[in-house]
Amino acid sequence: MTLPPEQPPDVIIKVVCRSLVPFIQLFGLYVVMHGHSSPGGGFQGGVILAASFVLLVLAEDRATLRHHIPPAALNASTSAGVLLFAGLGVVCLALGANYLDYGPLPFAEPRSIGMLVIEIGVGITVMAAMLSIFRDLLEF
Amino acid sequence: MKLLHLVATTVTGLLLIMGSLDLAETGDPAAPAATHVSPRYIESSLEETGVENMVTAVLADYRGFDTLGEVTVIFTGAIAVLLILRTGLKEDEE
Repeated sequence: MTLPPEQPPDVIIKVVCRSLVPFIQLFGLYVVMHGHSSPGGGFQGGVILAASFVLLVLAEDRATLRHHIPPAALNASTSAGVLLFAGLGVVCLALGANYLDYGPLPFAEPRSIGMLVIEIGVGITVMAAMLSIFRDLLEF
Repeated sequence: MKLLHLVATTVTGLLLIMGSLDLAETGDPAAPAATHVSPRYIESSLEETGVENMVTAVLADYRGFDTLGEVTVIFTGAIAVLLILRTGLKEDEE
């Protein structure tokens, strides 16, 4: 399958999207980090983070994604999020509780921190999965 | 054969409609589904988990195993797309 020739991106679109991306990413991080105290969480925040990179690639060109996020890092972080989630469960097991029972974690508020960790894991996996699918569709 | 299909579909549909007549109304606090574990979540999720957001307390703590499954589904989906699309690429090159 051959790709259509790429149009050079318009400078206005490039500048506007470039300046929007940091704010979108900050909002995405906020949604992930505050998932346990306000509406939000890993799934929603991960998709917002992925959308910021999609916007960047749409405004720039295909080489941008490859430059900013190497495919190997994308593959690794798709698995790393699930590993973080499941790994926390194993840590709970090792500390003598049930799987994913955050009670004995060595923090001041163990359950809150435990949930934050798994939300971050979910966020990483969702972001990397979305970007990985997007990247594969672009290259196809 | 078509008549048999029609009869089977109609009977199944009627059975499903009959079953749905007895379903509890949405948001009914006296419904069996709302009297089993929901009061426990509403009354003690803050003390038990220390998290203000009840939805997250259920999703990430009480039913953390379920959420682990959801993430695995997304992971598997990404792997499946990756396998299908990248295999297609290789065939095109040959």
